[in-house]
Amino acid sequence: MGVILSVENIVKIYPNGVIANRGVSVEIEENTIHAIVGENGAGKTTLMKVIFGIEKAQEGKIYYKGKEIHIRNPLDAIKIGIGMVHQHLMLAPDLTVSENLVLGSEPLKGKFFLDTQKAIEITNEVSKKYGLDVPADKKIKDLPIGIKQRVEILKALFRNAELLILDEPTSVLTPQETEVLFKTLRELKKHGKTIIFISHKLKEVKKIADKVTVMRDGKVVATKDAKHLTEHDIAYLMVGREISFERIPPPKKVGVPLLTVRNLSYVNEESVEVLKNISFEVKAGEILGVAGVEGNGQTELVEILTGLREATSGKILIKGENILGLSPREIREKKVSHIPEDRMKNGVADKATLEENFIVDRYYKSPFSKGAKLDWNYIQDYSNKLIKDFNVLASSPKATVSSLSGGNIQKVVVARELSSNPMVLIADQPTRGIDVGSEELVHNLLMKARDEGSAVFLVSADLDEVLKLSTRIVVIYNGEIVARFNKVDGLTGKDLGPYMLGIKREE
Amino acid sequence: MSPLLKSIISPDFGFAILRVMTPILYPAIGVAISALAGSINIALEGIMLVSAFTGVMVSAFTGNLFLALIMGILAGVGLSALLGYFHLKLKANIILAAIALNMFASGMTIFLLYIFAHDKGTSSSLKSLVFPSYQIPVIKDIPILGRIISGHNILTYFALISVVIFYYIIYKTPLGLRIRAVGQNPDAAESVGVNVNKIKMYSLLLSGVFGALGGLYLSMGYVSWFARDMTAGRGFIAIAASALGGNLPLGTFFGSLLFGIVNALAIYLASLEVPSEFIQMIPYVATIAALAIYSIQAMSKTKRRKRISEESTT
Amino acid sequence: MEKFVLKYFNLIRTIIAIAIGIIISIFVIYVISKNPGFSLKSFLLGPFLSKGRLGNLIETASPIIFCGLAISIPFQAEQFNIGAEGALFIGAAIGTAFAVSTSMPMIIHIPLVLLVAGLVGAFWGFIPGILKAKWNASELVASLMLNYVAYFLGLYIINYHFRDKAAGYLVSYQLPKTAWLSQFVPGTRIHWGIVIAFVFAILVYFFLYHTTLGYEIRMTGFNLHFSRYGGINVFKVIIISQVIGGFIAGIAGMTEVMGIHRRFNWQMSPGYGWDGVVVAIIGRNHPISIIFASLFLAYLRVGGQVLNLLSDIPSEVVTVIEAIIILLITAEAFLEQWRYRITIKEAERKEVEHEPAS
Repeated sequence: MGVILSVENIVKIYPNGVIANRGVSVEIEENTIHAIVGENGAGKTTLMKVIFGIEKAQEGKIYYKGKEIHIRNPLDAIKIGIGMVHQHLMLAPDLTVSENLVLGSEPLKGKFFLDTQKAIEITNEVSKKYGLDVPADKKIKDLPIGIKQRVEILKALFRNAELLILDEPTSVLTPQETEVLFKTLRELKKHGKTIIFISHKLKEVKKIADKVTVMRDGKVVATKDAKHLTEHDIAYLMVGREISFERIPPPKKVGVPLLTVRNLSYVNEESVEVLKNISFEVKAGEILGVAGVEGNGQTELVEILTGLREATSGKILIKGENILGLSPREIREKKVSHIPEDRMKNGVADKATLEENFIVDRYYKSPFSKGAKLDWNYIQDYSNKLIKDFNVLASSPKATVSSLSGGNIQKVVVARELSSNPMVLIADQPTRGIDVGSEELVHNLLMKARDEGSAVFLVSADLDEVLKLSTRIVVIYNGEIVARFNKVDGLTGKDLGPYMLGIKREE
Repeated sequence: MSPLLKSIISPDFGFAILRVMTPILYPAIGVAISALAGSINIALEGIMLVSAFTGVMVSAFTGNLFLALIMGILAGVGLSALLGYFHLKLKANIILAAIALNMFASGMTIFLLYIFAHDKGTSSSLKSLVFPSYQIPVIKDIPILGRIISGHNILTYFALISVVIFYYIIYKTPLGLRIRAVGQNPDAAESVGVNVNKIKMYSLLLSGVFGALGGLYLSMGYVSWFARDMTAGRGFIAIAASALGGNLPLGTFFGSLLFGIVNALAIYLASLEVPSEFIQMIPYVATIAALAIYSIQAMSKTKRRKRISEESTT
Repeated sequence: MEKFVLKYFNLIRTIIAIAIGIIISIFVIYVISKNPGFSLKSFLLGPFLSKGRLGNLIETASPIIFCGLAISIPFQAEQFNIGAEGALFIGAAIGTAFAVSTSMPMIIHIPLVLLVAGLVGAFWGFIPGILKAKWNASELVASLMLNYVAYFLGLYIINYHFRDKAAGYLVSYQLPKTAWLSQFVPGTRIHWGIVIAFVFAILVYFFLYHTTLGYEIRMTGFNLHFSRYGGINVFKVIIISQVIGGFIAGIAGMTEVMGIHRRFNWQMSPGYGWDGVVVAIIGRNHPISIIFASLFLAYLRVGGQVLNLLSDIPSEVVTVIEAIIILLITAEAFLEQWRYRITIKEAERKEVEHEPAS
């Protein structure tokens, strides 16, 4: 069997300067299931986007079946025979399976009419051919997610995809559905298809893949036969490296638990258990770091802690008081601050001024307002102070946030959340997408908050960050806490990796 | 009371319903098609006006009914194309742009009427044509039913046929499938190479065609002249009619029928003690109720337990 | 120079849109009119050339300012409630009913009548508000429907219960003199309503930019997720913004009845609600800009009337120009290329000056 797809030296730099792929070269052999693994930010999704035509690479060549190809958009990729099943399914909910399947390449009756009967026949044909059972005439919205995903796969197969790319397909599936998916993939392989499988769940990778490519920091670290690698090997390749930074000095005084989470569970609308019986506590004066690849429940956990989402069951105590069911304001009133994962969505209103952004959690309190009247003089002085103290580069407190760079926008968020002297600080991906200088500053500020007695709950997909800052570490995988480390000195990615990737778990 | 009841139960009332329903059904189909593609066209009011005007002008100046029909349709499609251009290309908010185009149509038609015919507000000096009415052979002799169905303007019959055409376009053509897909999940459509903006434009142009027919009926069938703002809000009523029917062909028909019944009833009741205003209110109240019911049901489906929703959609 | 353009870009864009509109109107008048010079003078200067005309301008602007304010508040919260038209109609109808059925000294009567009209309007804004907040139902459709309900309900109330049979046509009883807003500029119909409108504009300005609730409304409009995350009660904001809008619209209708007609004599919906949408768009939802936009709109309207009266051009040319101006203003991408080019130039210039990069 030959090489079906070969990428050579792909370089992709995003407009904000991030180098997502630094000269990636991979060969995908025909008729294999080839897994691509790596942490968040390793560059695997970017690589897939380049292959499928959603993004354009600055440098590099792509060869399909030996011939060089130029892919300008998904249509080109589809025409060549590449199909992609995205993490967020691209289906029209009120249309049937067969309608979704033939969309864009509809079978015609005469010149103008849709041949719905033929569409159903085609669907059944493709479905039968690959052994993927789908109800052709049912509407997508009435189907469980496992079947929906199957429809997506059939969509690609219908368009004669020979190379299928699946992006984190199991992240939305229950364990049973995952099994079914794997059966499907093996069937497809029997039909001569080639599959690229992106994942960070190493157990699954070992189960299903023939070959594994490990990416890190925008480069390929290794491509090997899966049978020659143990999960630990893969984990080490992914995250194992000597730490190249200095850990912050340990806390001087650690006090009582300020944030206690007990038996927290959350089942989402698709009946997936996103959080399973989570328990942990964060004490005053320490930083509890949550290590884990994104998509293992961290986002939902933080939303539940901050009142933006409701849990299914469990208890969350702030200094002994149960805050489950409280509104975001009520939780903030208990001296909880939140640096959000997505600063543009939650952290700021980018068309508003810096002043307006600084006061969103306290505008109704004196001295920011007296009764119903805002005191803009005080707000302006206060904002100037924050700008100075937190080194925000802005022309004036009345400038709009949109005029700031990413790093400075994050500083605005951090300035606001820290200046309220929170008892509990929840920092979710606090240095994502910002420059090194700002990152240093934010880290120092988190340490300062810790030393002033806050309980800091740090969630980060950046392993280095977690290792650098945390007093204690828990690892989250698949919605569960699978490891706890009370001593962080000397820990490296090699220790955490296996837990992060689902290979090991404490009992 | 009983002479009134008698007149309501009479076949003439049935006839009136169909007549009154025509200029509501056409724009309702137009709104529905655009809504299905996710870019609701609330400029049907203006589209009907420009078509009504164009039909009258062209038929008066050329004496050619067919030409008037074509030009009228082109006028309506032209206004839709403008809406599409401003919304899809220049990124204008589709609601605000439609409001502007309604104003534009209202003013432009009066203005041009004066410029071309020196009529102020009504095309009284023009000898414009009307579309013919037909007695359907055989059917016309059926007792009761015959009086209701036969004798209508050709555009009324075509309006009923349009519901079927609407059904066919949406459910039996590739364009219709793409329109529905684009309206439900534009990303899904993009991912298979469907050009979302192109489809939205097509749906707007289609809505322009149906709206134009409604306008032509108004000035060349319902009555035989053009008058200022003669659409009298039917373009907006059409929004209610199609919303009531879930933007689907059969629903839109029944929604328009409800408004037709109510409007006809109001005319008949004008002579009576029953305040016609209450009757006329019914479809609007019904629409609000339907909207509420639909939204409550949609909300309880997407959350099995209480969860703070994160979307804000209009 | 570029810096100036960037800072005031939106204002400049608005002015250019208006300029284009005026230029088109001048062109049209020039081409169509048999006496272009005279027509142009009537149109552009007509509103200023007599006391009566100037009075018309002011009195026309009054309900438009009110409705512009009314619409701008839900718009600032990104709520597409266009129910000002209905709120003003039903507010005026019930307000009239109240005024006509009660008697009390003017000093109480006037504010009370206005209050009643406002509360009715507030209720009219509440319905779409709660439907949206609780069930995410389209406030656009709901408010549009309610406009019609208000129209029919208002007509019913007036025509069946408060109709002045002595008058020749369908109107209500005349308001008692204690409920009249007096006209205080002789030779014109300018009444105290315009003063109330200005007062409201200032109140709305103060409300939106200097109170906590106004802040909540604006932040919700800027970014709903941010507001929720920050602790703002978005449910409350969605409802209250529409309630306040309805309140102001209710008062708008009533001032017209109390100041100009002295009875409820609308058989058709007056359209101020739609004018409100127009000036809210032009004024970008800012109360002071809305005053200017309303005066400008009133100027165009009166100019059109003068044009219509004295020359051979129909006043509808004004409606067309308004429409063109709105289209240009609402087209976000209008002139966007220009802004983009200037932004790049500015950024390059900054680099050359060695300003520290962030």
